[in-house]
Amino acid sequence: MSKPITKITPNKPVYEDNDPQDELITLNLGPTHPATHGVFQNVLQIDGERIVSGVSTIGYIHRAFEKIAEHRPFYQITPLTDRLNYCSSPINNMGWHMTVEKLLDIEIPKRVQYMRVIVMELARIADHIICNGILGVDTGAFSGFLYVMQEREFIYEIYEEICGARLTTNIGRIGGFERDFNDTTFKKIEEFLERYPPVLKEFEELFVRNRIFIERTAGVAGVTPEEALEYSWSGPILRATGVDYDVRVVSPYCSYEEFDFEVPVGTNGDVYDRFMVRNAEMWQSLSIIRQALDKIKKEPAGVFHADVPEFYLPPKEQVYNNMEALIYHFKIVMGEWETPKSEVYHSVEGANGELGFYLIHDGGRTPYRLHFRRPSFINYQMFAPMSAGMMISDVIINMSSLNIIAGELDA
Amino acid sequence: MDKLTNQYIIDNLQGRFGDAVDVIGEPHGLLTIRATVDQIIDLLVYLKNEESLRFNYLTDITAVHYPNQEKSFAVVYHLHNLFQNFRIRIKVFLETNNPTIPSATAVWKGANWMERETYDFYGINFEGHPDLRRILNMDELDVFPMRKEYPLEDPNRVDKKDFYFGR
Repeated sequence: MSKPITKITPNKPVYEDNDPQDELITLNLGPTHPATHGVFQNVLQIDGERIVSGVSTIGYIHRAFEKIAEHRPFYQITPLTDRLNYCSSPINNMGWHMTVEKLLDIEIPKRVQYMRVIVMELARIADHIICNGILGVDTGAFSGFLYVMQEREFIYEIYEEICGARLTTNIGRIGGFERDFNDTTFKKIEEFLERYPPVLKEFEELFVRNRIFIERTAGVAGVTPEEALEYSWSGPILRATGVDYDVRVVSPYCSYEEFDFEVPVGTNGDVYDRFMVRNAEMWQSLSIIRQALDKIKKEPAGVFHADVPEFYLPPKEQVYNNMEALIYHFKIVMGEWETPKSEVYHSVEGANGELGFYLIHDGGRTPYRLHFRRPSFINYQMFAPMSAGMMISDVIINMSSLNIIAGELDA
Repeated sequence: MDKLTNQYIIDNLQGRFGDAVDVIGEPHGLLTIRATVDQIIDLLVYLKNEESLRFNYLTDITAVHYPNQEKSFAVVYHLHNLFQNFRIRIKVFLETNNPTIPSATAVWKGANWMERETYDFYGINFEGHPDLRRILNMDELDVFPMRKEYPLEDPNRVDKKDFYFGR
């Protein structure tokens, strides 16, 4: 028998495999295995098909965002947040904008808030599509993935209409949006609300009562609410255990308190419940987008940013022809504005859980310290301990249902 | 149960811990308190288990480097009371040489990787941590890169002047 791990030392194998009598095998799951859906390694010790113990190694795409952020002005940090959870970058962008606006005490017009809600909920749907689609693929059902992937493509087209980019979106600016939603955007969002429900319904019909899917997922990797809270889980996987913690409800931002939606919860915290919670959240997101579209119609048209010339770049044609605009432009780009010395913690409900931004500002051009509370990083640490005793195939679907995004894991 | 207020928490903690806890401020409504290294685990356990406080959710652990202060490292805890939706921030200032603080892994298991990340970037030694080693950086790295003295770019580079680019 191999010895239990006490302390792992650098550049030594995690498990000593010298004993020829040893029945246990060391298996490297990752870092570049297609089933891990990202760059992370798990060294597993297996007895036949069953996991005895495991160690996660992460950091393969660590890009030092927190260090870079200490050397960048606020508006240059937005593209860094894109690359955290790149499946739902708009939520990260908006979370960052809101953090800075909280620091600077900027009041955002209602219409802009609703526009942000639309973008964030679209991003949430896109993220859940990936996670649930991939979960289907991992359990052996490929076609459901293809059906919903088409709709994700459509969401990306909406992003493209709003900001010109598809994956790393950089949507919005501090104080609002870079430009108003055009008519095509609204038309496409309406179209999405029309075409997505039947697809989602079909997707659910493929899975929810599917015997093979249920047997592969139900009861796999069940987590109790106590355990989940002990490990600081958040997001859909925490709600699947039955804890109704949703940042949108408990600490509303962007006027979420005005929207009428439910927080779906599960009971067992297993893979099946996580799948169901994510599906239910997509329905709620659709309803939120519908409500936000109705609310936008009641607001004065054409408002797409707050009136904060000190922090919001003026339109280019004014910069060339108007002296005030040129001064504002210059001061923003050179970071010459007075900013308060303060500390802010702001969190948004990312697609994976509570995405927090802890910003310490000393009044300089750049943040003194910026820390990202990344849900994937914190959710993932339970993965290796909970894998012990599972089958290899269960570990794979457990990993896809946690929806670990390598960019967010490693920052 | 009454709704928690910042004042209630301050009174309660100072009644229990006296001078070991003092208030730094309430930036944007979030109560920030300072604790001492000796008392931090007692404080966390008390905040987690005391019937009227119940900060049951550890949101985040991180650190900050203030090179100009005498105690130049601050470990920052964000706690959350999910029952009443109340947040609190705790700071512990540590010595510059060999900053050491007891590990919170015995209070929350989720503190494990958060502390490893903090160790990785700031070199803060969490005593009693079950597996304190680097997590995001490579094991061979012999510096703690988030400390302020560590430059973002190669300091020998001559083609780029720092004062043109922010700080």
